[in-house]
Amino acid sequence: MQYDLVVIGGGPAGLAAAIEAKENGIDKILLIERDRELGGILQQCIHNGFGLHIFKQQLTGPEYAERFINILKEKNIEYITNTMVLDITDKKEVYILNEKLGYKKINAKAVILAMGCRERTRGAISIPGFRPSGIFTAGTAQRFLNIEGYMVGKKVVILGSGDIGLIMARRLTLEGAKVIAVVEIMPYSTGLTRNIVQCLKDFNIPLLFEHTVIDIKGKSRVEGVVVAKVDENKNPIKGTEIYYECDTLLLSVGLIPENELSKKAGVIIDKRTSGPFVTESMETNIEGIFACGNVVHVHDLVDYVTLEAKRAGKAAAKYIKGTLRRDGVKIITINGKGIRYVVPQIININNSKEVTLFFRVDNIYKDCKLEVRLNEKVIKSIKKDKVTPGEMETINIDFSKLDIKQDDKLFVEVKE
Amino acid sequence: MEKINLICIECPMGCNLEVIKHKDIEVKGNKCKRGKDYALKEIENPKRVLTTTVILKNSYLKRLPVRSEGEIPKSLLFECIDYLNKIEVEAPVKMGQVIVENILNTGINIIASRSAEKLP
Repeated sequence: MQYDLVVIGGGPAGLAAAIEAKENGIDKILLIERDRELGGILQQCIHNGFGLHIFKQQLTGPEYAERFINILKEKNIEYITNTMVLDITDKKEVYILNEKLGYKKINAKAVILAMGCRERTRGAISIPGFRPSGIFTAGTAQRFLNIEGYMVGKKVVILGSGDIGLIMARRLTLEGAKVIAVVEIMPYSTGLTRNIVQCLKDFNIPLLFEHTVIDIKGKSRVEGVVVAKVDENKNPIKGTEIYYECDTLLLSVGLIPENELSKKAGVIIDKRTSGPFVTESMETNIEGIFACGNVVHVHDLVDYVTLEAKRAGKAAAKYIKGTLRRDGVKIITINGKGIRYVVPQIININNSKEVTLFFRVDNIYKDCKLEVRLNEKVIKSIKKDKVTPGEMETINIDFSKLDIKQDDKLFVEVKE
Repeated sequence: MEKINLICIECPMGCNLEVIKHKDIEVKGNKCKRGKDYALKEIENPKRVLTTTVILKNSYLKRLPVRSEGEIPKSLLFECIDYLNKIEVEAPVKMGQVIVENILNTGINIIASRSAEKLP
């Protein structure tokens, strides 16, 4: 099987990338999805708040997905579901497996990686105690409740105040469960402020900062958890333990880009993002292999995933047509003081005179400036009342009037 | 004079709002018009969009996600959920299709958040 472009993953990133490539003149596209239907994690995110930037209205996850799925179908873009990609090589050979086709090799001129991310589990954060039933990652509980129609518990403690944890606190409360508390090890929430208001404050659910779960009780089913305050090194403080009787513990303790396939193809992963190093065109270190969405870095808004995916789709189309530039000066972006990471990591200004930088701060800063420097020279400075690690920041940089030399460095920094 | 602090939930910006009640109601801290509207509404009669699921028959999906077409009073959220948990819908369903008209006399319809084909 031979395609111009193979897109791996049918969530918001894969959908937007495939559509954009088609709109840029690429006809032989195959989108591969491992689930039974397209849409990715949006299908279980039944709450609203998606699409404010792209559609200027608040959509639910399934509505946001269906708009893109409909465009994909209207444009006759080929897709297969229930299909696993087993391997990708640096020669852009994609090995797939499904019930109908069996094991097949697909040759592609370009590949877009859009596999998204997965949740960190109990093992990843090493909570001691027994292993009873009743411990779920928040996303798994969300799928059980919203798609399969199963209630996961009646008395719930949620560890981690990421968005999925907050959303599930409200969802479970509305469905009749008692959410006893949301416990957060950091002194701040990694979720969006609006979610703390409309998911916790609306229902008087307590949010305990600088606390964590240190023990899980119960043998066949969770019977309770022990929560303790932590010191500045995140170690539990003796004497602060509180026992909460509950039958369920949800974990909302972070997301990890899913890059096992990327690594097989020789794609180099940036430790700061846990995703591939990418250029302004969302190209990885392997020529013709692009990446977008949560596989590159975890986003908090799907709208930004869509924008990034369009960039990848457009660039893949250029690559296939042979018009993606490799010559010219390249600059690298550097996360300076107060910044955890910057995407893209490499910029070739021949391909794009205007680039949006996506980045995250490493702590909460109030009344600060976000500054972009080209070597020593400040080229952009934006005043902020408050920035938090939970909310991704973006800055547009126009390179057309700047004098750029090879290996110049673009720093992003927080100035207090 | 009474001061109330709110956080706007209209968009991910999450503006910190200060509402001051004199003869009129003054709103500070909002970066756009929606913030002021939100604050006024939040003080008078807080409303929310309700999203949940209903039982779906004749489809490979067991639940159909639904939402309120507009906002409903916060005080009626639980009553609406109870009502919707008794509703059964049969596939095929189209996104946007009205599932419950004028739920609990709020004047607001409950609509399907996605399409669902019927089983072959």
